[in-house]
Amino acid sequence: MSDVTGAPVGDSHWPLWEVFTQENQGQPFEHAGSVHATDAEHALQNARDVYARRGEAVNLWVVPSAAITASAPSDAGPFFDPGNDKAYRHPQFYIAPRGIRIF
Amino acid sequence: MPETTRPLPTDDPTQVAAFEARIAAGESIEPKDWMPERYRRQLTRMMSQHAHSEIVGMLPEGNWITRAPSLRRKLSLIAKVQDEAGHGLYIYCGTETLGVDRFDLYNQLLDGTAKYSSIFNYPTLAWADMGVIGWLVDGAAIVNQTILAKTSYGPYARAMVRICKEENFHKRQGYEICMTLAKGTPAQREMLQDAVNRFWWPSLMMFGPSDTHSPNTAELLKWRVKRKTNDELRQRFINLTVPQAQELGITLPDPDLRYNAETKNWDFGTIDWSEFQEVIAGNGPCNRERLEARRAAHDEGRWVRDAAAAHAAKRSQATAAA
Repeated sequence: MSDVTGAPVGDSHWPLWEVFTQENQGQPFEHAGSVHATDAEHALQNARDVYARRGEAVNLWVVPSAAITASAPSDAGPFFDPGNDKAYRHPQFYIAPRGIRIF
Repeated sequence: MPETTRPLPTDDPTQVAAFEARIAAGESIEPKDWMPERYRRQLTRMMSQHAHSEIVGMLPEGNWITRAPSLRRKLSLIAKVQDEAGHGLYIYCGTETLGVDRFDLYNQLLDGTAKYSSIFNYPTLAWADMGVIGWLVDGAAIVNQTILAKTSYGPYARAMVRICKEENFHKRQGYEICMTLAKGTPAQREMLQDAVNRFWWPSLMMFGPSDTHSPNTAELLKWRVKRKTNDELRQRFINLTVPQAQELGITLPDPDLRYNAETKNWDFGTIDWSEFQEVIAGNGPCNRERLEARRAAHDEGRWVRDAAAAHAAKRSQATAAA
């Protein structure tokens, strides 16, 4: 099956968009899932219908899935490892006298 | 060759061991993580069947939207059916993270090769069926999905959390319909009892074959795709439901149903698994009708998909020209 442009007739062949929802003002955006849509405006409408039927969001982001660059799970160790041997990045590294509130 | 019959590539035993160690440590598996091919296939099978069930599940209730007895009931029913479509989409989206195409899955539903929950192949003959479906069918789905919310595959678990929040509305609206009928005229009570008689056993079958006849269970439990067996979930559902039935003052159609003080479970009679097998095989009362309705909906919706694609093409041309 294909349409006039030769593309298969299926709405899942429309580009994939990742949907991020902000639950309340001031909160971070959180990944909710994805939708297929022809363009950004269509993606926003689909995302609203699928992921925000009950006021789950006050704002939505839709991002083309292809535009996301992610770290690879297999590299997680080496990629994030440098943090572990830098104890001086953590507050516990520093000595403070007992009985004094530093902050 | 269909996905299920293609021979499985052999997984590297070291990778399998590392994967199983992660599962045992309670870690969640994400789409880009290495997973055994068989884990991927089992999840694709379970999740796509689940998504199809949500989509086909719109039909029995859609049948009563135009005949809902009040505007309030009609509004709830429309919202519920819309939710089922949304649930289907959450799970299809989760299934796509396993590297399958929703279009292919949907075609398997339309050409009759994919399975979906047997319960949706029963007809909705009376208004009381809307109450009983919300109460029993959504109730059974909640018992199943609450546990699936802890499944090892991250996208599936997250879809379940989202769905469970919405199912509570479904169950309550169903029970409210049942309660209204139970307090109504003798004819209304009779209609309710008849619906319960028809839906009780098929609801119990929703949990799938008994553990002794469920070939996939051991593997699914080992990989924490499932966290409880079919029989455990079925028993939990019955234990939760019996007091609700008593409150309604209706009889559950099982003469063997009685409380077992020792096990603290409600013992129940024998399920007619031959009926279950027949419905799964495509010979239930409504299998043919359900698939025809889905095919018609897909064909009749084509102009919407075409229009959306044409609109996007026109806009991108306009943007390019500007």
